[in-house]
This record gives sequence, C-alpha cells and structure tokens, in this order.
Amino acid sequence: MGCLRIIRRMPHDAHDDHPHSLLPPDPALRVRALETILTGKGLIDPAALDAIIDTYQHRIGPQNGARVVARAWADPAFRARLLADADPVIAEMGLYGRQGEHIVAVENTDTVHNIVVCTLCSCYPWPLLGIPPGWYKSDAYRARVVREPRKVLADFGLTLPQDMAVRVWDSTAEVRYLVIPMRPAGTEGWDEEALMRCVTRDSMIGTGVAARPEAGS
Amino acid sequence: MTRPHDMGGRFGDGAVRPEPDGIPEFAADWHGRALAVTLAAGALGQWSIDTSRHARECLSPKDYARFSYYEKWLAALADLLVAKGVVSEDELRAGQAEGASPLADRTLLAENVAAVLARGGPADRPSDVAQQFQPGDAVRTRRPARNVMVDGGHTRLPAYAQGARGQILRCHGTHILPDSNAHGLGEAPEPLYAVAFPAFELWGQAEGAGDEVVLDLWQSYLDPA
Repeated sequence: MGCLRIIRRMPHDAHDDHPHSLLPPDPALRVRALETILTGKGLIDPAALDAIIDTYQHRIGPQNGARVVARAWADPAFRARLLADADPVIAEMGLYGRQGEHIVAVENTDTVHNIVVCTLCSCYPWPLLGIPPGWYKSDAYRARVVREPRKVLADFGLTLPQDMAVRVWDSTAEVRYLVIPMRPAGTEGWDEEALMRCVTRDSMIGTGVAARPEAGS
Repeated sequence: MTRPHDMGGRFGDGAVRPEPDGIPEFAADWHGRALAVTLAAGALGQWSIDTSRHARECLSPKDYARFSYYEKWLAALADLLVAKGVVSEDELRAGQAEGASPLADRTLLAENVAAVLARGGPADRPSDVAQQFQPGDAVRTRRPARNVMVDGGHTRLPAYAQGARGQILRCHGTHILPDSNAHGLGEAPEPLYAVAFPAFELWGQAEGAGDEVVLDLWQSYLDPA
C-alpha cells in the first residue's frame, strides 16, 4: 500500500512532500534519528549494525576478487569454468552473497579492455570487491564512462592502444561483472598468493590494470 | 520522462578522482551507520531492492543532486519507512518511537548478520515467457525509455540507450522484471539479455572504432531489428 502512496505522489513530486524532510538536515543527525526510532520500535539490533560495518570495513573487500583472478591466471581449467559459468565457481570459493548473486567474469585480452559501471545507481559485486570506492558512485564516473571511457581512463593515468576495443558494461540488472585483467609479464610460475598481490581493486573494475609488484614487496 | 538518477552520457560532471587501493574507508562514521541502518531495515522484508532503488530515484532532482551517496540512502529509507507504514511521520518528526512494532520478530540480530549477507537475494526465477532472442540477433530498444505500466515508474532502460540498435551477446536466464516488482505488481520474470551497442550508435561518435557499451536488458524492452 505504501508503494501506491509513493506512486500517487508522483504527479506532485514536491520536495516537501517527502517524509524525509521531517528529519534533521544534518546527515549524522539523520542517521542517529532513524537508528533511535527503529531501535525504539524493536526493529534494529544495534549490535547488528556494528557487525555489518565490521563486515564491510574489515572482512569483505577486493582481496576476495583478487583470489578469483589469481586462481584464473594460475589454473587454466578454473579460468575456463569461471568464464563459462561463474556462479558455481564463486559459490565453491565461499564468495556467494548479497549483491553477488549473479556473477559474470569478463576477460581483458590484447584486443578488448572491459570496464564496469552502473549508470542508474551504483551496483557493484560486493562479495568480491567489498563496498565501492567513492569515485565509482560519483556522478562524474556514472555520467562519463559510457560516453568517453578513454578520457575517464586518462583520469586514472591509463592509456590504451587505439586499436584495443573498449567494452563498457552498464550493470542495469542484478548481474554483477568482474573484470579479469591481463596477467602481468614476468609472473610465470608464481603461485596464487604471489599473483594476488598483482591484482588491484581498480583492475577488477577496469579502470586499472594488474601490475607486477616490485621484487620483495 | 527521466528522473535525476538517469545520468549516463551527461556532460559537465568534471574529472573522476581515483582513490587508494584496498577496502574504501568510510569518510565519516555516519556513512557506515547509514549503510548498516539501510541494510538492517531492508532485512525486515517490507520492500524489494527494486522498490528501494525507485525510492532513491523519486528524490526531487534538487535533493538528488545535492545529497551525497549515503544521504540519498537515508532520505529514501525514511520515505520508504513511512510509505510502508513501518514508521509514522510523527515519529520522524519527534525522532522517537511511539511504541514497539508488530514487525519486531523480523529484526536482524547480530548473530544472523553473516548468514543473511551470505544468503543474498537472487533475482532469477522460473518463467513461462519463452526466450525470443539468441546471441547474435539484432534488436532495438524501447523508445522512449519508460515504465509502460506505471507513469514515471521504475525502469532499468537508461535514456541514453532508448531506441538504439544492438546485438544480443548472451541470455542470463529469466529474471524478476524491476518495472513490475518495484511497484508491487508482481515479479513478472522474463528473459534477461546482455545487449551490445556500438558506441557510435549511442553517441553519434566513438573514441575508438570497436568501442561498445553492453547493457543488461529485459526482453520486453526489446524488439527485433
């Protein structure tokens, strides 16, 4: 019913029609007010909030995706399964979860470079990469990367060969895309742990490339 | 026809500013709190992800532009809580609860957080709608990009891709249709495709000859081309 109420409001869409304007304007006070109200109604366990924050600040992050990429580099059979149907592979690794229910891995090659965006909101493969960085959620990235991806890559200090095609994936559904960057030269024979250190967060979004760490790092 | 979230291709937003590698820090304590309150409220099961996206899209263009990311979440959450009758406007005004909620048995407890996040919410569903397109087929998107069931309603066809000719890359199976589900009109699952569009087709020019944009689009957004 509440949904219909929103629909009926659409013709007006006036700013002060929105209930959120009843809350204090300062966002820190806003969130405290909502937490206080919901806790008072028995709808929030404050310890659950702490657990969620801890999860995304310390447990789930780009190291998860880096392990997938490193394994794909090190194990051709794994790579083939990942590219054919990622979901069972991701589940076997214990990386299935919220905002990663439907994963497709896309591989960079000598001829194609992949970049991921969500122009309509900020969809992102949370179980593999964690919460998105600020730039991924920014208007500038969402607006520009579909129209001028090479100029956006220049903001990251990255220049692609002109004959390498750019393929930008706009995440408009519940499918989440993981870029498999090209394996850096000089990493032959490296094990999974060593390879993981080549895989940056941005290389799995497509705004960076994997890099061979300096010896000893 | 569009709402302020539909910004793909827009000019004038300036540079993208890279950040250090690794897990992004919350820029302020309230950012993490806003994320957590939103997830915990969502776990009450009173709305779908499609409905929550639409609530953010329904912010006024002025608010959408001036609010930071988590401010959008908070504002949309407050609007949804009232729209769904979970919280009253008086409670928002007072900043205090007026009594326990009948939904309190659904509260996400700390010991269940890990399991709930790991369970996720898959969007694929069995469907009676037959797959109409195969990889390689040429298709054209709906024009104008709009929700055909609800005027001003939720849709996942961005304006920049309306009326454009593309090629089916793959079928993802049958998924919940956001245009229907966001408005409580049923999940209405149907085939979902990755569709590739030449950059030149979308923008009238391209930075590179082979450059493409791929969008995930539902079958009802597409016609044979």
